[in-house]
Amino acid sequence: MCDTCGCNVTPGNAHLVQPGGRLSKTADGREAVSVLHGLLHANDHTAAHNREHFNKHGVLAVNLMSSPGAGKTSLLEATIDALKDELAIAVIEGDLETENDADRIRAHGVPAIQITTGSACHLDAHMVHDALHALDLQKLDIVFIENVGNLVCPASFDLGQHSNVILLSVPEGDDKPAKYPVMFRAADLVLLSKSDLLPVLDDFQPDNARRHLRELANSAQVFELSAKNSDGMDAWIHWLLAELARLKHQSGRLAAGPA
Amino acid sequence: MEQVENLAREEQAAQVMAIHLGIGPLSGVEPQLLEQAFSIARAGSIAADAELIIKSMPIQVSCKQCGQQSEALPNRLLCGHCGDWRTSLVSGDELQLQHVELVRQAAEPETAPLAAASTIN
Repeated sequence: MCDTCGCNVTPGNAHLVQPGGRLSKTADGREAVSVLHGLLHANDHTAAHNREHFNKHGVLAVNLMSSPGAGKTSLLEATIDALKDELAIAVIEGDLETENDADRIRAHGVPAIQITTGSACHLDAHMVHDALHALDLQKLDIVFIENVGNLVCPASFDLGQHSNVILLSVPEGDDKPAKYPVMFRAADLVLLSKSDLLPVLDDFQPDNARRHLRELANSAQVFELSAKNSDGMDAWIHWLLAELARLKHQSGRLAAGPA
Repeated sequence: MEQVENLAREEQAAQVMAIHLGIGPLSGVEPQLLEQAFSIARAGSIAADAELIIKSMPIQVSCKQCGQQSEALPNRLLCGHCGDWRTSLVSGDELQLQHVELVRQAAEPETAPLAAASTIN
């Protein structure tokens, strides 16, 4: 999709396409298509590598995606507060500019690595790989990757995560899955965020959002929650703990598991 | 382009005449935008004069309930026979290099389509 906005060359993969890089072909640098093709292959390779790292250490990696302003950072703040006494959490933050989100996360006492993508509208596996070098996976249970707010490009790039969690906030409207099918088809869990606004924005029908998701042949669970008043947070926390327990079991690290 | 150039080298091609891609609506790639980008990407390569031919792949789903296959729309992947939503995608998310037409170096210029297909993603 990233031919759309020319964002396929990112700080994380630029080394591949610069002269001498693995994907460089001509000196003139005009090779948008070859980068996209090569990038997906190289991206998938690095994503698999990232996933091996996470698996080896029994760390659950969750890729959070949504429109800008759907409440990803607020959800993370509330999630950290609910879990920080029992689990070691870290966050990789993707934004075009600023350390604002990482600063918000750090204020809750967990490490946050901010990736500023410049003009790139998504994170890729290379950027996440670089960020992982700044984290001690040995000491962690969950890494949240807060992707750049965007319902288009992030859907095409595997980061090495175990689960894609997509937030759909109540003010956005309940037909977002029908409008952005590539993104919502990739969802392992959908969170209808800002549910405290449901009484005032009564044209948002959670069942319509579920129906649109099912029409994409996606059987993912859909939870309504509000990070503001904590309604529905329990189901989300329970889901996270179940995913983590399953991963730890698979990684042969049951003894270290929390649940 | 990397795959096309590798293929051209392996086949000792003098020139690539056409590149055939198969792209599904659920791949996240827009064929029209890819065509625009291709006109830049081919410059200076062995495929500088090549034509990009994109075949739009149909969305096909297989129903887990009634077992039949049917065509579907990108945001409505329901079974066309029984209407159930529990389907799996058979095709529609491809980003495939299907085949390449090239002119070989030794013989007189002749277009020789290669049969081998390969998948990009």
